[in-house]
Amino acid sequence: MRSLDEIGAALEASGGSATDYLAAGEETLCHWIQARGLDPTGEEREGFRLLALHRQGARGEPSFNACRETCRELAYHYNLLALEPDHADVGKRLEMMRLIAMHLYLFVSGKMQVEGLGEFCCASRPLRTGT
Amino acid sequence: MSSKEKEYKKVAYYPGCALEGTGHAYNRSTKALGDALGLELDEVKNWNCCGAMEVKNIDPKVQTYLSSRVMSIAANEMGHDVVMAPCNGCYHNLKKAEYDLQNDEGSKEVVERISKKAGHKTYEAGQIETIHALDWIKDGIGEEGLKERVKNSLKDLKIANYYGCMYTRPRHIFPEKDQGEGSESTSEPHFMDDLLAAAGAENVDFPLKTACCGGAHTLSDSDTSTLLVSNILQAAEKAGAEVIATECPTCHSGLEMHQIRAEKKFGRKSNVKIVYFTQLLGMALGLSARKVGVHENISDSLGMLKEKGIA
Repeated sequence: MRSLDEIGAALEASGGSATDYLAAGEETLCHWIQARGLDPTGEEREGFRLLALHRQGARGEPSFNACRETCRELAYHYNLLALEPDHADVGKRLEMMRLIAMHLYLFVSGKMQVEGLGEFCCASRPLRTGT
Repeated sequence: MSSKEKEYKKVAYYPGCALEGTGHAYNRSTKALGDALGLELDEVKNWNCCGAMEVKNIDPKVQTYLSSRVMSIAANEMGHDVVMAPCNGCYHNLKKAEYDLQNDEGSKEVVERISKKAGHKTYEAGQIETIHALDWIKDGIGEEGLKERVKNSLKDLKIANYYGCMYTRPRHIFPEKDQGEGSESTSEPHFMDDLLAAAGAENVDFPLKTACCGGAHTLSDSDTSTLLVSNILQAAEKAGAEVIATECPTCHSGLEMHQIRAEKKFGRKSNVKIVYFTQLLGMALGLSARKVGVHENISDSLGMLKEKGIA
């Protein structure tokens, strides 16, 4: 598995495929899960390992749901590209998928950096603390 | 006139702290929009901070009390049953307080104890319906009502609508959302899209409309916030947007400030303009750019809006 920095550098450069960007999203989530001392799941949810990984990463950590829609958008764009490979907007869709994968990378790597500083997501702490 | 139209004709208005500071343009444009649409705002008397992030992170029950006090004044001292909060943080916190008071005995006890000590009537769950400015326009006027009043169409303006995270998360404090046709969606919100489309704008397909902007760590980890915002701005531009429409003062100022910082710190320049949806709707109704506070935005959109014939 690539390091987070390597994933970031690969996403910074455009030219990847939908499979590359989906894989980057999965690897990013694997880093988060491993950092919490767990083995990343090999299962799928709604046909995507990415979504199963997100669910695993958010277990006991509601603030991780702040990247739930980002993961779902990544899966949606993968489907768009896989189902309509000859669509006139393929280039634009790929670029958008790259930026979505980049957002997931930035969110997760940022969240890992600031673990010691407090909650990254302002919306969820009261839920985590059970109030 | 539907029941919502009647209910929202005159509501208690809770601007919150940000709208008296960095989000002043949102305050100004919300009030101007209300006037133009014949919707009356009755500002909550002697309102206090909703507890925002700061109090919530230290003692969530005290935040519940602070939000409940605002609702108590609106309900018990002013006779309202609807409070409109245009700030996502305030809106979220009032909703969370409502949820806590319905579901958590510990929160109820704390609220009762502090309310007694403070000398006001304790807020009881169910007295107030908290709505966002988007609900206020969407249900109080509706797309058809807006279309009838548009004097200055936003046509040819390509908009990416950015809702931020607190407008829809966590889902369970927004029981009225995800209720099928006509209701707001937590996974793909669309009220702002609907209203701006009714005013003639072209909404672009924008996949990061609820993505995290790192707002909570804008001071403790500014670089991460800047990179997240920069990515949102870049995605909006790549989606073809000329403007990002906002509906929260924190999101708005975060996007504006990190747009500048992204260029200075990382050399990432973006030209997309950041404008409150209330400013855009106000101008569509024929209000001047000044009346809706475009000059108060940091993101200088006036030239572009003039070019488009909107300002």
